[in-house]
Amino acid sequence: MDREGQNGFRIPSGCAVSAIFSKEGTRRSGEEIIRSIAMMHERSNGLGGGFAAYGIYPEYKELYALHVFYEGKYSKEQCEAFLFEHFDVVNLSKIPTRKSPAIQDEPLIWRYFVEPLHTKLSESQLDPDTFVSRCVIRVNSGIDGAYIFSSGKDMGVFKAVGFPEDVGAFYRLEEYKGYCWIAHGRYPTNTPGWWGGAHPFALLDRAVVHNGEISSYDANRRNIEMYGYRCNLLTDTEVITYILDFLVRRRGLSYEEAANVIAAPFWSTIAAQEEAEKRRLTYLRNVFSGLLITGPFSIIVGFTGGIMALNDRLKLRSMVVGEKDETVYIASEEAAIRVIQPELERVWAPRGGEPVVIRLHPTAGEKEG
Amino acid sequence: MAQEYLYPEFQVVRDLSRCTGCRACAAQCANGVHRYDADRGQMVSDETRCVNCHRCVAFCPERALKIVKDRQCFRENDNWSGDAIREIYRQAASGGVLLSSMGNAKEYPVYWDRLLINASQVTNPSIDPLREPMETKTFLGKKPDTLRRDAAGRLVPELPPQLELDTPILFSAMSYGSISYNAHESLARAAQALGTCYNTGEGGLHRDFYRYGANTIVQVASGRFGVHRDYLEAGAAIEIKIGQGAKPGIGGHLPGAKIVGDVSATRMIPEGSDAISPAPHHDIYSIEDLRQLVYSLKEVTRGEKPVIVKIAAVHNVAAIASGVARSGADIIAIDGFRGGTGAAPTRIRDNVGIPIELALAAVDQRLRDEGIRSSVSLIAGGSIRSSADALKAILLGADAVYIATAALLALGCHLCRSCHSGRCNWGIATQRPELVARLDPDEGAQRLVNLVTAWTHEIKEMMGGMGINSIEAARGNRMMLRGVGLNEIELGILGVKHAGQ
Amino acid sequence: MAVQETYALGQRYIGCGAQWGKITVTQVPGNALGAYLDGGEIEVLCSAQDATGDTMNAGEIVVHGSAGDATGYAMRGGAIYVRDNGGYRCGIHMKEYRDKVPVLVVGGSCGSFLGEYQAGGTILVLGIGCEDRAPVGNFCGTGMHGGRIYLRTRFLPPNLPEQVAVAEPQSADLERIRPLVGRFCEKFGGDPESLLAGHFFVLTPNTSNPYHQLYVNN
Repeated sequence: MDREGQNGFRIPSGCAVSAIFSKEGTRRSGEEIIRSIAMMHERSNGLGGGFAAYGIYPEYKELYALHVFYEGKYSKEQCEAFLFEHFDVVNLSKIPTRKSPAIQDEPLIWRYFVEPLHTKLSESQLDPDTFVSRCVIRVNSGIDGAYIFSSGKDMGVFKAVGFPEDVGAFYRLEEYKGYCWIAHGRYPTNTPGWWGGAHPFALLDRAVVHNGEISSYDANRRNIEMYGYRCNLLTDTEVITYILDFLVRRRGLSYEEAANVIAAPFWSTIAAQEEAEKRRLTYLRNVFSGLLITGPFSIIVGFTGGIMALNDRLKLRSMVVGEKDETVYIASEEAAIRVIQPELERVWAPRGGEPVVIRLHPTAGEKEG
Repeated sequence: MAQEYLYPEFQVVRDLSRCTGCRACAAQCANGVHRYDADRGQMVSDETRCVNCHRCVAFCPERALKIVKDRQCFRENDNWSGDAIREIYRQAASGGVLLSSMGNAKEYPVYWDRLLINASQVTNPSIDPLREPMETKTFLGKKPDTLRRDAAGRLVPELPPQLELDTPILFSAMSYGSISYNAHESLARAAQALGTCYNTGEGGLHRDFYRYGANTIVQVASGRFGVHRDYLEAGAAIEIKIGQGAKPGIGGHLPGAKIVGDVSATRMIPEGSDAISPAPHHDIYSIEDLRQLVYSLKEVTRGEKPVIVKIAAVHNVAAIASGVARSGADIIAIDGFRGGTGAAPTRIRDNVGIPIELALAAVDQRLRDEGIRSSVSLIAGGSIRSSADALKAILLGADAVYIATAALLALGCHLCRSCHSGRCNWGIATQRPELVARLDPDEGAQRLVNLVTAWTHEIKEMMGGMGINSIEAARGNRMMLRGVGLNEIELGILGVKHAGQ
Repeated sequence: MAVQETYALGQRYIGCGAQWGKITVTQVPGNALGAYLDGGEIEVLCSAQDATGDTMNAGEIVVHGSAGDATGYAMRGGAIYVRDNGGYRCGIHMKEYRDKVPVLVVGGSCGSFLGEYQAGGTILVLGIGCEDRAPVGNFCGTGMHGGRIYLRTRFLPPNLPEQVAVAEPQSADLERIRPLVGRFCEKFGGDPESLLAGHFFVLTPNTSNPYHQLYVNN
């Protein structure tokens, strides 16, 4: 099967994004997010749709949940051999799907709940997250026909070639319950029809959906590849995911600080700040200058216990945030929020480069919604 | 003297119907080409002395002069060119090593001219640089690998020393001695006005120019001329010159005749004494010795100045640059084989080294492969002829570019390539007071400011076309480049696809 | 600058650029001891390594032992006294300017390329302990175009390059040497008069500059 990024070909795309987040940790089914993203049908072209959901695997919350596409039996055998060699596989099964004429040519789709084998982990001298991320990168770049598209704990990515609402139905998302849902409808200029190319793009528990085509792509790619990442898909979302993983997990920046790197303020804006803030912003922009992202983007990043929305610093893409009680809604268009929550207490469009970071309330219990 | 078989290369064409015999040409020509012949009542020319610098043409009030290529020819021979034959005559007559000025003039591929820049259409907007912010500010220097936070968890924004530039274009090293006081003053003032740096070269720093220190890179080369504590403290950065693109692997020799007056004082050597720069630094015979020099310079300046190590682009440049990056250098300057010089042995200038485009691409990629690209900045030089060349260098991976020949052209140089004669009619490559006075530093500085300002605008315009509004997002963004007419090996080294791919 | 009390074995850049103060080093220092020294004094109570006094401008370095290669490289002022031997390329590219006349005095012998490219300053090699041969290696003064080298020996060094002229010392030369020998003996002991009574050669650059005819304009 052809995949994106093969032979160095890069496919630009536009998109729709949407997200629902419960600050109290209230878990809701996938129905609402499907209705929200479906509202923006015009922003997708049927060549990719997907979702990420957090808090959906409470019974396995200490295990890494791997979602894997296989082209066929052979790639499955190879990948499973690799997984059994490196992980203790606690549970494995096909991911349940619902046949639909809107979704064609599906690969084999499997799910594994795993933890790194202690011997392998100590041999590698890595922390578990780094160990898992390296294994994911190895499978995705080394085993032909196998692709791990979700690898976090107590979260999962569900994506396919098709319109997002059809993808949601295909994966039976009404049967999952999460405190955070993120959705994406893709509008690529063209595609080889490879499911791995749909979004969200995720590494460990960090899932990114993105709208826009960034112009700094190759500068960012060549910079992040210095730190062990391999951008196989040549998509913006992939490189943004790796950049956030690098800045937040490996360099220890907060999401707000990471936003000051990837959507750094203009020098003229920095110059107008008071001295300490000026130094801080100059420092971040200078030290990580290769990770500044220019060109249009709006992104939503999901992670365990939180979510970040961020626009590029010129605000070349649209994004609206709405709040009602303890629930936060984010979408490319206000209508996509109103369709599921007409009564919003507050609605605003975040300014370019200004991150909106929402976290679970510290006392949030995971309630059924 | 024996017959030399050398005939004038240029013809001075004087339109006698226009010439008024005002003798402006004779006054302007330090080479003594023009003379008034009283017997004939007209101006006459000695073309053997003409270097085709256009000074007389520019200053003839009647537009009566033209310098054209002499049509005198050898029998056509695709193997033995006229130049090849003439060079043999020169050496047979003198026994001398051929000495040339300015950069390699031979027909080697210019890869800049085989690279094309991208622009946005539909999927991503282009940006109007005249009305929207477009940033060219560049910091050169080492970026730390780890972050520090204070007890309250705030970032401690402390960095190794950085060179902050408003535009990623710097003036490359040219010593006081090889060029004039007024040329140096023009460069220094322009650098200050532009928010960039000029470079002293290996000639020391004239006392008058210490006030431009914040925009000065002070060079330490093998001869250590004019190098002392105050000098090292005076600049914004220190450059260790290992090599020069025009003459990799060899040193320099400013003849005693040019060590006069202030040049002698600035170099701190007696008047009339030859200034010899040895081929290597004699305290650097190996890569670990470079580390010793880098750190001794950091030690004496309390670690406050970034240290640049300038190397010529040679075959193994990627490995060398990697070694330099691991030796404490904050910035590496790579000088390609088309870079200029006040004087270099012709054979070395024309046959040693490699093009900057390939060297830069190889170095940038190697440093990334080794994960150390952030620990060092890259400056590319060696014939950056336009803003397009500069931007292509940045897209290939440079943080900034060095220009020198382009800067001299802005000052009035006509590339006659006779710098080594010391009779520069444009007041640039000379120490003769009457010639130096021809270069007005006010005008010179303004012309340099104009040039770099115009280039910076052009860079912004091309960046805007690509949808990039900050120069760091262009750095190493090779997907914005495509090759034309390049083979797969060349494309592979440059790390770009072919046009149409 | 703060003067450190003690120095680690092999510590580099000791006294680098020091403008004042006196530093005493008791264990073998690392390379580039006293680089860019600008008036400070350094006394080493053992041997020193390579590039001692590199690009030194003023001050004094005294080494109670031997010094390594390229001692006094490109020095422009001040003085270096080495009790025993110097390595290869000592005093390479020394230069002088007006009142700045650097001095390098070596008690024993030096390696090859002593005073290579020398453009100024005074190098004095006393040859103590090697009275049966020239106290320098090959190619002494190659590329020399200024300054002077005094060798206390009866043997002319082998392979002296063409740019070097050899002469017997004149009274002005002896006046120049006398205080240097005096200081040497003050530091390391010995009798100045008996050292001065030895035979000296003076090496200076050949005045007919051999480089002039090397190039032809092209």
